[in-house]
Amino acid sequence: MDRYDVLVVGAGPAGLAAARAANESGASVAMVDDNPAPGGQIWRGTSPALPKAKVLCGARVVAAPTAGRLTLETFDSDFDVAYGALVIATGARERFLPFPGWTLPHVMGAGGLQALAKSGMPVTGKRIVVAGSGPLLLAVADYLRRHGASVALVVEQAEQAAVMRFGLRLAQHPGKLVQAMRLRAGIRYLTGCWPVSAEPGAVTLRRGARTWTERCDYLACGFGLVPNTELPMLLGCGTSVDDFQQTAAPGIYAAGEVTGIGGLDLSLVEGEIAGLAAAGQRDRARRLFAARERHRRFADALERAFALRPELKALATDDTFVCRCEDVTLGRVRRCAGWREAKLHTRCGMGPCQGRVCGAAVEFLLGWKQESVRPPLFPARIGSLSGERE
Amino acid sequence: MRASYDVAIAGGGIVGAACAAACAAAGLSVAVVEPGPIGGGATAAGMGHVVVMDDSPAQIALTLYSRTLWIESIPELPADSEYLPCGTIWVAADEEEMAEVRRKKQLYDGIGVRTEVLGPKELAEAEPHLRAGLAGGLLVHDDSTVYPPCAARYLIEKSRADVVRQSAAGISGGAIRLSDGGSISAGITVNATGAWAPELTPGIEVRKRKGHLAITDRYPGFVTHVLVELGYLKSAHSTTADSVAFNAQPRRTGQVLLGSSRQFGSEGRAIEAPMLGRMLRRCEEYMPELADLTTIRTWTGFRAATPDKLPLIGPCPGDERLYLATGHEGLGITTSLATGRLVADSIMGRTPHIPLEPYLPGRKQEAH
Amino acid sequence: MKITVNGRPVDVPEGAMVSAAVSLAGITAFRRSVTGEPRGPLCGMGICFECRVTVDGRAHVRSCQVPCRPGMEVRTDG
Repeated sequence: MDRYDVLVVGAGPAGLAAARAANESGASVAMVDDNPAPGGQIWRGTSPALPKAKVLCGARVVAAPTAGRLTLETFDSDFDVAYGALVIATGARERFLPFPGWTLPHVMGAGGLQALAKSGMPVTGKRIVVAGSGPLLLAVADYLRRHGASVALVVEQAEQAAVMRFGLRLAQHPGKLVQAMRLRAGIRYLTGCWPVSAEPGAVTLRRGARTWTERCDYLACGFGLVPNTELPMLLGCGTSVDDFQQTAAPGIYAAGEVTGIGGLDLSLVEGEIAGLAAAGQRDRARRLFAARERHRRFADALERAFALRPELKALATDDTFVCRCEDVTLGRVRRCAGWREAKLHTRCGMGPCQGRVCGAAVEFLLGWKQESVRPPLFPARIGSLSGERE
Repeated sequence: MRASYDVAIAGGGIVGAACAAACAAAGLSVAVVEPGPIGGGATAAGMGHVVVMDDSPAQIALTLYSRTLWIESIPELPADSEYLPCGTIWVAADEEEMAEVRRKKQLYDGIGVRTEVLGPKELAEAEPHLRAGLAGGLLVHDDSTVYPPCAARYLIEKSRADVVRQSAAGISGGAIRLSDGGSISAGITVNATGAWAPELTPGIEVRKRKGHLAITDRYPGFVTHVLVELGYLKSAHSTTADSVAFNAQPRRTGQVLLGSSRQFGSEGRAIEAPMLGRMLRRCEEYMPELADLTTIRTWTGFRAATPDKLPLIGPCPGDERLYLATGHEGLGITTSLATGRLVADSIMGRTPHIPLEPYLPGRKQEAH
Repeated sequence: MKITVNGRPVDVPEGAMVSAAVSLAGITAFRRSVTGEPRGPLCGMGICFECRVTVDGRAHVRSCQVPCRPGMEVRTDG
């Protein structure tokens, strides 16, 4: 079994920064990421510069059989890895909210459609509506447009005033402001607007008193991001971190979006701090605290600007599926007293996504939080869990 | 909520739910005290197997009677109970186990349980994913599986019992004290809290026996019958050692449910990787292709185990108004309906379908 | 490179995921849900499990996370 001084789970911006910092401090480092290549979501397909670390892509953590050890699974194999310190940089996923028609094949996430396009799905000539919430929508629209799609509309559920306040905050970060303005150029962007239903080849939108239907080949729709907290929950270390990005469990660090959605720059500095601290370089980590504080303020502004409006809770009807893995309607789930009852009696959350899609939706709609996580952290081959390992 | 009930049951698992349904069917007013979802304890963790077991004459009597009640209830079971009349195959790995197969056949023939001896060829035809080289097995036709939490919920709904969503803080003949300080008064109280029964009624000989389970993604047709290795009986039989035994079961969803493991003295709910691994390796020994199937979830549960492998059903010797309905080990789903009937019969002074004596609390229990 | 989707050959660019190959084959329904609805990819990053297809005989493969390999045989359940 291989052992590394610092094992970094997640090869997105935070993970890459952590791995680089740890490696440059002389630690032996490995990175693990389920995606086929490093970069996480934001740098998908860009071949980012890699630190001198072992890179295990297409590998996901499925279990933590003992302290200091993780079981990994790839398409063809499974094996354990031991670590001295762990940096959890598992990032975030999109929040999908149910509405009538959201399970139609032409409806995808906003980041989702961008990821699929980066993975080779053709978008040239497709008419696309981008909807939901957050700065990601503009980045997605810009990417799609540059790759030959016809972006009919970008609709943001937050009100213009909130988005403008965010824009003014961006002025404190001039680079971001320029970036935002560039992204916006030439794209029809409506605030205070959200999808109320999807139909084959179309989406129905509401803005104020007006409801209308837009034709579209794809609806790219995501309502912000939620952290991928499954690994910290499995390990019991939580995602609250101290100044050195260390969780409640000594030797286990967390950095980037998993500790709270805060954007790229915050992820990079948190990752670097975690990598340095994990490699025993606290003094060097300390020098980054001021930069982290600055980027945190951007993160707070982000959260306030793009808070989800209550109307989004009323989109799904009793007949709308809230659990896509097991086809469980909101009506059946709502009648339960909480998550445990819903899981046992309706099977909501008991499918292969292990609650990753329905969990965020149910938390928004009903206020229920997921309680605990057991192995496998991801659906895993039985052979990966049955191995007799030293 | 009423001022007083005929029967108040602590525990809303399948045994408590079956007691509620049987008492209500006898015309009694019923309350059930359950803090969590109905069927949330061992009921949720277990495999849902409805099976005849022959560890002892009393076990045969109870499981056979209860299995008959399950079969009679088929027309009224809702779809989400997922009743699946798949039958059981007791798998024999070698000639020694085939001798056991023939012994069981003879026993079951004598009591009207339909079975069929399978040689190696018939076994392979019945279950193509079992490994080559097994000696055969015994097919028990009328065994089945259910999805226990929904079956338990159905029984509670049928009983129209008042469900009090609190923990039982104490129980005596005539009253259940609630965690909020209130209490439910009843003519008869029933402790049906499974592995937690000794916390409510100190001194009863029920111990927690932890089990691990796993369930796969959907692979319809991978397994058709409930498959149990004959070594299961040795595993369930032991009163001390940690043990595993191959147990694979089809769900209506096409998922494969895998077990089984037994441990005493492990009180935490967490998955123990070595135990889980050992159990899955045992399953792979019987069905090698399991290694490539995707598992979505693993979990644990606590069986309520007694020294003589029989449940505790009936009034307590020191307090005739306090009943026990606990200690069902790995047979809670199977024997829930019969337990409910026996409790209701005893309360009503009716002659039960099978004698109650072997299950009475206060009997002298010899581990065997 | 060439792979086959539901028995038909599809040309995919180097580095493309299996999800791209299925789309290039003109398929929008990657699989059927438990109540029979047609489903396609949602998240694009391997967490929603809606894009599952059978790859070289192995079921429940997340097509958005698996790169195409020459000669791969993909079957959808749509």
